[in-house]
Amino acid sequence: METEFTPLASTFGGLLIGLASVMLMWARGNVFGATGILTGFLQPSSSTDWAWRAAILLGMMTGPFVYLFLTGSLPTIEVPISRTTMIIGGFIVGIGVTYGAGCTSGHGVCGMARLSPRSIVATLSFMAGTAVMVFVMRHLVGG
Amino acid sequence: MQLILIYAIGLIFGLGISISGMANPAKVLNFFDIAGTWDPSLGFVMGGALLVTAPGYYLVFRRGQPLFNREFTLPGTRLIDRKLVLGSLTFGLGWGLAGFCPGAALPVVSTGNQDVALFMVSMIAGLFAARWMIAQTAKRRDAQLRHRAPQ
Repeated sequence: METEFTPLASTFGGLLIGLASVMLMWARGNVFGATGILTGFLQPSSSTDWAWRAAILLGMMTGPFVYLFLTGSLPTIEVPISRTTMIIGGFIVGIGVTYGAGCTSGHGVCGMARLSPRSIVATLSFMAGTAVMVFVMRHLVGG
Repeated sequence: MQLILIYAIGLIFGLGISISGMANPAKVLNFFDIAGTWDPSLGFVMGGALLVTAPGYYLVFRRGQPLFNREFTLPGTRLIDRKLVLGSLTFGLGWGLAGFCPGAALPVVSTGNQDVALFMVSMIAGLFAARWMIAQTAKRRDAQLRHRAPQ
């Protein structure tokens, strides 16, 4: 499935993601890692720890509606794979981010930004994994 | 007051994800499909995010402490081990299948999209499965070596 190359929107979106990451470090001193925030929300260590995670998740989920207000439509979600593949993929993502202790936001943005060697290795590893899987699914299996 | 600010920070992130196209699996997968229908957009998302976060973190860390807490909560371990590499590689394999990563899927859960819901439920199942497996491994190691395995 072809998608339109959107350098301006993607850069601007990226700038906002960066801004949010910096603001969270400035306000609470936490990295903006989606995996960590969600894990701590599902298994909270204390009620104050749970509260800020609930607030930030609620904020994240409001984002698409601000987008709707600004542009008149919700963000485009096109899924070129089957539901079974989605379920399997989701499960593997859950396992991987737990063992790898982070995902695109935690390692890829926050960790890379402070030049954490651990995050650089993690980011290179998951980017490699993704590239391999996309190649296998699209060019070897032929999805 | 603190929670309102934290909510606003989440909102900025969610808006950023919405604008960037990261929540669109077709677009994300195309970034990795250089041999096919390549769409370099994702690189601009990462680039834009790092462009702000790298200097922003530098300035924030220079202040010495965050606004609401006594100190920064940074990941405690600097260990680069098999768990980190294989875990991340595994995440990549899953990302390459689903096209959603956790940070991109979480904001759009609210749109009621069924694929996002499926991804989120199975991801959380995987998350708990992995935590259980890690706990089991730690228990076994405890029994063997009689010291606490690092989590």
